[in-house]
Amino acid sequence: MEAWYWWMIAGMAIVTYLPRAIPLTFLEGRELPEAVQNVLRNIPFAVLGALIFPAVLFIQEDIWFGIIGAAAAVGIALLGANVMFVVLGSIAVLAVYSVFF
Amino acid sequence: MENRSFISGLKAGSSIAIGYFPVALTFGLLAKTAGLSLLEATAMSIFVYAGAAQYITLSLLTAGVSPLLIVINTFIVNIRHFLMTASLNEKMQPDAKWKKAIYAFGITDESFTVLATQKGGKLKTVYAAGVIIIAYASWVVFTAVGHLIGANLPAFLQAAMSIALYAMFIGLLIPSVKGNRKVLSLALIAAIINSFFYFTGLLSTGWAILVSTLASAIFIEIISSKRGKA
Repeated sequence: MEAWYWWMIAGMAIVTYLPRAIPLTFLEGRELPEAVQNVLRNIPFAVLGALIFPAVLFIQEDIWFGIIGAAAAVGIALLGANVMFVVLGSIAVLAVYSVFF
Repeated sequence: MENRSFISGLKAGSSIAIGYFPVALTFGLLAKTAGLSLLEATAMSIFVYAGAAQYITLSLLTAGVSPLLIVINTFIVNIRHFLMTASLNEKMQPDAKWKKAIYAFGITDESFTVLATQKGGKLKTVYAAGVIIIAYASWVVFTAVGHLIGANLPAFLQAAMSIALYAMFIGLLIPSVKGNRKVLSLALIAAIINSFFYFTGLLSTGWAILVSTLASAIFIEIISSKRGKA
């Protein structure tokens, strides 16, 4: 491909990097209002909800893949297993499911 | 409290590396099909490092969309990271701006959630570096591998592995949800709002995640601060 491709990559790299870097550098050493800090502390758990659902339902055309995989993950996590075990366990459950169904 | 060394960062990041493996492999494969060379495909993973945006770019390239529009679309898809890095800043130890500017490059949905949900106090920069390096390496290496071998995993494994990143998100969320109604509400409300945007098609995925996350986080803060005063 020609030069324009590399200009496009450069542009994509810059516009992806800026939203990552500006808050981390600009906010360094600055004290935000209490309410804003509280909202920011809520973000990780809210974002997990939004990242998981509804996208997990559509990982395969067969909606049961997502449902069974998510149920397996919740079950294994509730047992107190660490994250790596949750990931590998869910993959194993779905591998079995996809072999048999 | 756990050790917050570089090595423990690598360990925490290894779930991301596993989750990226099938996604990057498929990206490399699709990039080849879309007519990108090994160098071009891998360069996108090296310099842009944003899964969703990269996938969309492939389909836009194939559709003949102009490069400028692709760059603008990339910005729109990735602007949600603004919210994540602002939140992550509260969790990280204070450090030199140049160091933060370097590890900022490695903040994705996945590395953010792994870092931000760690229990205990502030995180060390070396710990974040560990999480980020192993995830980034997986993304870049398996993009190249996918392009090189030009074939995918066996179908059953590919299908099974598509749960990996979601299983990781669930594995990060559940320990915090246990016995904590606030955390559960945060996740549920964001999921419900996000579903609304998804099924109505009102917002594209990047914006939907941004808006639903922020709305849920603000709503719960208002509720809990009112309860605190009452």
